[in-house]
Amino acid sequence: MTFAVEVKDVSLNYHEVAALKNISFTLEKGKIYGLLGRNGAGKTSLLSLLASLREQTGGTIRILGDAPFENPEVMQDVVFIYEKDNKDESEKVIGMLKFAERYRPHFNMDYAMDLVKGFNLPLNKAVKKLSKGQQSALFVTIGLASRCPLTIFDEAYLGMDAPTREIFYKELLEDQSNHPRTIIISTHLVSEMDYLFDEVLIIDKGTLILQEENETLISRGATITGTANEVDQFVKGLRKLNEQQLGNTKRVVIYGALSKEQRNEAKEKGLEVGVISLQDLFIHLTGEGM
Amino acid sequence: MSQLFDENKPLFLQIREKIEDQIVNDQLKEGEQAPSTTQLVNFYKINHATVSKGVNQLVDEGILFKKRGIGMFVAEGAKEKLLEKRKNAFVNDFIVGLVQEADKLGISDEEIIEFIKKVKGSDSK
Repeated sequence: MTFAVEVKDVSLNYHEVAALKNISFTLEKGKIYGLLGRNGAGKTSLLSLLASLREQTGGTIRILGDAPFENPEVMQDVVFIYEKDNKDESEKVIGMLKFAERYRPHFNMDYAMDLVKGFNLPLNKAVKKLSKGQQSALFVTIGLASRCPLTIFDEAYLGMDAPTREIFYKELLEDQSNHPRTIIISTHLVSEMDYLFDEVLIIDKGTLILQEENETLISRGATITGTANEVDQFVKGLRKLNEQQLGNTKRVVIYGALSKEQRNEAKEKGLEVGVISLQDLFIHLTGEGM
Repeated sequence: MSQLFDENKPLFLQIREKIEDQIVNDQLKEGEQAPSTTQLVNFYKINHATVSKGVNQLVDEGILFKKRGIGMFVAEGAKEKLLEKRKNAFVNDFIVGLVQEADKLGISDEEIIEFIKKVKGSDSK
């Protein structure tokens, strides 16, 4: 089976600074991946390697079985939408779409036009005259309508207002289910976008700290709330991510699935077991200390 | 994550119950097309794998069935099956707790029935 993406022992140095250290993972075809990481963790560095914008310092990368760097066959199948400076882009919206149609073998102009309508974009306006949110909507349109086997959105929502982002998410899910492809989304809007991801990858300080199915990941985290003594006893031996205390009430975030017996034990002791969101897990897994 | 949901119940169970509810109260009739997984994901803002898990349980139990390339439909007899199942669960989910609490408070059986009549009476007004 060919994977959509295979990354093995990849590192990337900017002069003396290591931006990525020995990263390895594989991505399957047809899934939506969420790439999470704090500012400067290395998300954009990693994505720009996948999109052949740079070459890794060490390790190997395969996109649909081939090395991507300076490989035109691979590059036309990968679309990378990221924040860029468009203040000098005098091309009109329609011109940008026609350009994409020419170079992207799977580009669908009818669908692009539907999106243009949905996002309310003016076809004959120059890109540099669009608002930041409109520019983002245009590049998201190109990203979706290109229907590339590997589609990457790196904080593609910047400047979009909430209703526009909602259209983006809805279209992403619908078009992905009609035309399956591998999508990677990097975002800081974790709580707003968590439902989009089939799998989640978290990078921290240039290393991959976790790759997991979204559902499994969320079921691993739990909060235990109760009197401080009882909680402390219960969480002994479990991996604690965070703890907070209010008077004699304590709340501990744990990581690791609880067995049925443990859940029953918690119930008997009057402890409350709560679920935790992906956003909270992300914060605790990448936060400084405890 | 949707705010509508109960924190202490697995999400896939809640999804299947939402669909069950629609079948039980005739919003979704037998033979009709049920919402697709993608529509459910978009509507409830719950992850795809979670939604599929709930929907697949309903398929396994013969409440929904798949038509290749078209979508998901409500099976014949689905409503009856669900009503049967829910009636069985009714005793566990509602009556046991009610009786336990009534015993604790020393409420007699006659009083319980009076209360039920009262509630039902005020409902119909």
